[in-house]
Amino acid sequence: MNISRRQMLILLPAAAVAWKSVLAGTPESSPNYKMSEHWWSMLIDISKCIGCGNCVRACQTENDVPDGYFRTWVERYHVSDENMTNPEVISPDGGKEGFPEAKEDGGKYFYVPKLCNQCADSPCTQVCPVGATFVTPDGAVLVDQTYCLGCAYCVQACPYGCRYIHPQKKVVDKCTLCYHRITKGLTTACCEACPTGARQLADLKNPNDPIHAFLKTHSVQVLKPQMATGAKVFYNDLDGSVR
Amino acid sequence: MSVFKDAGHLFRFAGLFVLAFIVFWAIRGYVVPKSFGQYGHYRGNAIGEIAARSVHFAGHDTCETCHTDVLDVKKNGKHAHVNCEACHGALAKHADDPASVTPPKLDTAVLCVRCHATTAAKPKGFPQVSAEEHSTGLPCETCHQPHSPAMVAGGAK
Repeated sequence: MNISRRQMLILLPAAAVAWKSVLAGTPESSPNYKMSEHWWSMLIDISKCIGCGNCVRACQTENDVPDGYFRTWVERYHVSDENMTNPEVISPDGGKEGFPEAKEDGGKYFYVPKLCNQCADSPCTQVCPVGATFVTPDGAVLVDQTYCLGCAYCVQACPYGCRYIHPQKKVVDKCTLCYHRITKGLTTACCEACPTGARQLADLKNPNDPIHAFLKTHSVQVLKPQMATGAKVFYNDLDGSVR
Repeated sequence: MSVFKDAGHLFRFAGLFVLAFIVFWAIRGYVVPKSFGQYGHYRGNAIGEIAARSVHFAGHDTCETCHTDVLDVKKNGKHAHVNCEACHGALAKHADDPASVTPPKLDTAVLCVRCHATTAAKPKGFPQVSAEEHSTGLPCETCHQPHSPAMVAGGAK
């Protein structure tokens, strides 16, 4: 095959573009990722959550979470007119398959997606006797499963009930904030699968992250602020009845 | 050195103590992983191991590198902000090898209802229908194209 200089000059950029799209197939682990440049958190907009359970299913797929255990789950609150202080909370199978139909009855309903709050001053990491769970320099609370004894101190210490003993591995498992994804420049599986944008991964150290504008213009709350855990999962439109 | 007269038992004890410390230090150096304490009271390498886990959801940026035609349909519709894998499921395997891994066919009867079934618990502004009343059993895609679900002119009513 003979290729003239002119043809070669046309072909080269075309090949470069093709190769670029091949490379884009699956993002590789980025060697340029610097832990010191990130401080991860999540924003949950309760006014947008429709309780479809996409996040729960996505999390189970992404992280091989065993059936009946949850790294994230969705609760439905029903605050009735007669009993404003004791809301009825349901979460059938973590909300994985959605929720039974709710009838209008004058009270209010809303969905609350829950996950590890990635606390900066986490009670769970403080009680670990062997240093198997820790807050990373970029703000994710992780478990070193090769080091964990399965003593479950941290399961008890977590005020949000976000940890469990893995039934097969017999060590602690929990939400990693999809650490294997966010370090590759992807968002978490739950945020990727959320159809309404009710969940948003946010990087508090990135000045261009839309979370800064959101926090300035909305009344945002964390769960159980009285525990002083430094929780980094921010809830917009959070009702006072949420525990 | 009259001070240390009859102090032999103290030196023997001190020697034993030093020996025990050296043995402890040797065992500790052997047992504690090298990266322990790199960032804090934990094994620093654990971070890299967790970060190296494999990805199942490819991410919409990856989908959009090939499926620009779908992107064009989506961008002006109500589902513009819905990521591909929210409905199509985790497809990193397909993104890695589009030729041999084909995404499964989707059932709109299940998928549409998952989000759009009427319930008092959903935010009021969110479009909701009761499937039986709304379509009398017709499949959703008879009238609505999922990538841009507004009713098209000439669509069956």
